[in-house]
Amino acid sequence: MSRLALALGVVILATVPLWVSGTFYVNIASQILLYAIFALGVNVLTGYAGLATLGHAGLFGIAAYTAAKLLTAGYAHTVAVLGALAMTLIAGALFAILALRGTGLGFVMITVALGQIVWGVAYRWLSITNGDNGISVTTRPTPFGLSLATPPRFYWATLVLFLAVVAVTAMFVASPFGASVRGTRDQPRRMNALGYHVWMIRFLAFLLSAIWTGVAGVLYLYYNQFVSPQAVALTASAEALLMVIAGGSGTLLGPVVGAALVVVMKNVASGYIERWNFLLGAIFVAIVVFMPEGLVPGAARLWRRATVAWTPRAAVAAPGGRPAP
Amino acid sequence: MDAQGRGGRAGRAAGAVSGPALAVRGLTKSFGGLLVTARVDLAVEEGERRLIIGPNGAGKTTLFNLVTGELRPDEGTVTLLGRDITRVPGRRRAHLGISRTYQIITLFPRDTLLRNVTLSLLGRSPLRWNPLVRLERQGALIARAREALARVGLEHLAERPLAQTSYGERRRVEIAMALAQNPRVLLLDEPFAGLSIEERRDVLHLVTRIPRNVTVVMIEHDMDVALDFAERITVLHFGHVVVEGTRGEVVAHPRTREIYLGE
Repeated sequence: MSRLALALGVVILATVPLWVSGTFYVNIASQILLYAIFALGVNVLTGYAGLATLGHAGLFGIAAYTAAKLLTAGYAHTVAVLGALAMTLIAGALFAILALRGTGLGFVMITVALGQIVWGVAYRWLSITNGDNGISVTTRPTPFGLSLATPPRFYWATLVLFLAVVAVTAMFVASPFGASVRGTRDQPRRMNALGYHVWMIRFLAFLLSAIWTGVAGVLYLYYNQFVSPQAVALTASAEALLMVIAGGSGTLLGPVVGAALVVVMKNVASGYIERWNFLLGAIFVAIVVFMPEGLVPGAARLWRRATVAWTPRAAVAAPGGRPAP
Repeated sequence: MDAQGRGGRAGRAAGAVSGPALAVRGLTKSFGGLLVTARVDLAVEEGERRLIIGPNGAGKTTLFNLVTGELRPDEGTVTLLGRDITRVPGRRRAHLGISRTYQIITLFPRDTLLRNVTLSLLGRSPLRWNPLVRLERQGALIARAREALARVGLEHLAERPLAQTSYGERRRVEIAMALAQNPRVLLLDEPFAGLSIEERRDVLHLVTRIPRNVTVVMIEHDMDVALDFAERITVLHFGHVVVEGTRGEVVAHPRTREIYLGE
């Protein structure tokens, strides 16, 4: 059943450019996927390790800017991509060492500060970042000789990366290390007494989170073929966190749904409503009020309730069919 | 398999050690101006059952926190099986053979009982760092977790989320988790707190069946329940060891009566 649903989901995603009319919507689909990768990265930290971050746009921007600088300096795409990921990992390690001095609100505040430092550099250090004018790159990479110039091709490339990120995240979640990470979220003190190195577990979760953010940042650069301080702003960090919370933090599908919601609102609703931010805010309020656990777990809860209500009594009484008291 | 190997090594190590399993010397800790642990000396022999009693605020739990490394002492030393562990971080002490339970239940409410105990086993296994295999498929580990649950009579609830179990069952999960780690020294912090009479009896039965190669130190506020269990008793009062001796000595001691009965 779930395998079938998974296969169906992959087929639907893979055929998007075939049944969606117009490059506009194909591009939106690419954006959803790249932001979903970003949100999956934030979710590793916020959802699974229980450390809310408002500085990940800084890492996202470091990836995009590093790739842009390497490309404009004349390096090949491979060098630019690997260099950007390495840089993001180093920056992520630095962020983690500084931010993990605190947990909870302390952690959030340090990530805000770190994100704002990156934003300040992007905005003000003109000689490196070209300030508000940003950096443009002229070409997209051609992996295995395949051009990614057209929207459908770029979409497919993004989809391959997205599926890889989802698969690796799923593996991480189901692994013993994933259980260790969730344990440090739920009972850090107990975990320490049980013999776990809580700090190191959080640090490694931060690194995984940084890698996904780096992948998303590089995709962002190639998608727009441009990067400016806007990508690094605090609002970008907040948006990523909202994607995770709205979709359902600590779930695999939640951040993807959250990313879709935000990207669709931004691009589609903004065409009809000038104050689309207001609409997005209203939707978030509604989610928090009616489904505080997020759209995906909330929908699952409603679905279970509906199936229980519509199932004949005898079936409900069967073992496992009874809802939790 | 892994557990047996470790047990064997620990067994040989135990033979080499002469002297107490757990020794505390001159242990002192204060919070601000409040002295909660005052030059406490304590020596618990291998396999001994030690009861630590004392009124609220006597510093019993603080003493445990100092022994497990959750708190750093201001002065004094903690020795485990002849090895000075005063400067060893808390997480390492679990690997050296100290396990504990908490007075305020500290479990993983979203997870099943089986997962709770699995996390405990994982804490002492290098597998805890592995991101590449499925935890569900770690048959040997999960079988050991089921065994640990069976030891406390909760095997039938293995798949139930902890949030849906009773308080008494959670106490037993705490003990199952501590025992699953194959500790040399087990610290039980008020294992009877908040339990009904039948539940107390169950837990007491469980605790008395712990094998003799495990040294057990138990804190209990209520003396009546734990008295049968203890071989030696230490009475703490305002951070000081006031009385220490065999069960009979301590019960008969005038200071104990003074502290407990206000005579």
